Amino acid sequence: MEKPVIYLDHAATTYVKPEVFEAMKPYFIEQYGNASSLYDVGRASRKAVEEARAAIARCIGAAEPGEIYFTGSGTEADNWAIKGAVYAARKKGGKHIITSAIEHPAVMETCKFLKKEGFDVTFLPVDSEGFVNPEDVEKAIRPDTVIVSIMYANNEIGTIQPIKAIGEITRKHGVLFHCDAVQAAGTIPIDVRDLGMDLLSISSHKFYGPKGVGALYIRKGVRLENLIHGGHQERGKRAGTENVAGIVGMAKALELAIANMEQYTDKISKLRDKARDLILSRIPYVRLNGPVENRLPGNLNLSFQFIEGESLLLLLDMKGIKASSGSACSSGSLDPSHVLMAIGLTHEIAHGSLRLSFGEHNTEADVDYLVDALEEIVARLRSMSPLYEDFVKANKQT
Amino acid sequence: MYSEKVMDHFMNPRNVGEIEDADGVGQVGNAKCGDIMKMYLKIEDGVIVDAKFKTFGCGAAVATSSMATELIKGKTIKEAEMITNKAVMEALDGLPPAKVHCSVLAEEAIAAALQDYRARHGLDSDSTYEGCSGCCGGCGRLDQHDENNGE
Repeated sequence: MEKPVIYLDHAATTYVKPEVFEAMKPYFIEQYGNASSLYDVGRASRKAVEEARAAIARCIGAAEPGEIYFTGSGTEADNWAIKGAVYAARKKGGKHIITSAIEHPAVMETCKFLKKEGFDVTFLPVDSEGFVNPEDVEKAIRPDTVIVSIMYANNEIGTIQPIKAIGEITRKHGVLFHCDAVQAAGTIPIDVRDLGMDLLSISSHKFYGPKGVGALYIRKGVRLENLIHGGHQERGKRAGTENVAGIVGMAKALELAIANMEQYTDKISKLRDKARDLILSRIPYVRLNGPVENRLPGNLNLSFQFIEGESLLLLLDMKGIKASSGSACSSGSLDPSHVLMAIGLTHEIAHGSLRLSFGEHNTEADVDYLVDALEEIVARLRSMSPLYEDFVKANKQT
Repeated sequence: MYSEKVMDHFMNPRNVGEIEDADGVGQVGNAKCGDIMKMYLKIEDGVIVDAKFKTFGCGAAVATSSMATELIKGKTIKEAEMITNKAVMEALDGLPPAKVHCSVLAEEAIAAALQDYRARHGLDSDSTYEGCSGCCGGCGRLDQHDENNGE
């Protein structure tokens, strides 16, 4: 029997939708011009880039297309937003950054780097479901605070932050608000003006667009130091020849995502809820990580007690199921996920975590297959776990 | 990232389980690091006649436990003591650098089980195993290592 392929890792990346690929195709072989060139193929590329810019501006509620800057990734957009803001404010005595304990490495490592350079960083704690308390943001603001960087929704446990409340606070105190919306874009409606954002990062490959392209929204009037120096591209703010096909693909993908958002999120949240309920009812000693409400629709994160995540992923892969884990061993690092630790999990529970993220092509049958596979694999791993053996023996004695 | 041999020993681990009347039992590692190995030995006339294990850990931890039990079965205590983490790794056609500590854990699990055997039988030894401090240290997390030593 041929092994099925069940992809449940859409938070890691998505495939490119065929319509998106079609839109990109002309810009590889026919319309290959440099968008900075004067002649016709160059002008066609310029037009495509500017149309894409306008489309993305519309999709996130920006006041004008000129507030959108294309980058090579979501990570670059995050780096630029935070480094650019604090470097620009340094001369005027700006020294302090506020962020959360559960940010994506693109933000967290950038802040750690800036700390080494002499900036002060406050890493706000989160509650047991991963929520930042807006009051904590307000309390942390100092006269020399430059920027608050809080993600829209968490990539591991799906927690959607009270972004609007945080935006009101930053506006009141006159500090910049950067939001890493990489996981949110395409799944949650974003309106940068309504939410009071100054800077917002998105990444194309999380919403069925191509890899290698992202964007940073910079509200008009916000001054950032440049990160990438070179030519005059992106109005002199981000050098490097434009990835025309990628930019066109990102805009197409975001437009499609927004047009189908309600239907899409309804579908994936139903699949996620079904998987969650079946797993929790059929497999004992499982913990749901992250909230039930205010959670990304396709995200499910569970910890299976007494077993380790990488073993779980390898055995799921043998059955054709592609997922990810916050276990140290699966990531190449040796610490379990900083997000799971920040919400108060013990090391051993964090090591046994599994993240499933649902997408467009998943079906109810996939969920049934997943739950059957998990039930079998978890039982198998527990049968060889000394932790489970100790637990069973301790229970017998009482 | 894993060799075929590692995958084979992970997918079809040899000697999983417990030995009810084991002559020596050793447990090393801790849940904090994400690896725990427990090894059971049956020893007759100085020869390891049976070995079984239980492991909480990643693919490499399971595979090294499995291979370690295979390597020591039928060996004398002295021969088993000579088996190093390198021998376990070589028998598995290598491990990714981040997983070398799993093979160290396997070596330590053998040593811990043999030490338990000696302690039970009042035997002297020219080498003593001090016991795992909690973290094998192979993971490079010296801060955690120190923390555990203090516990």
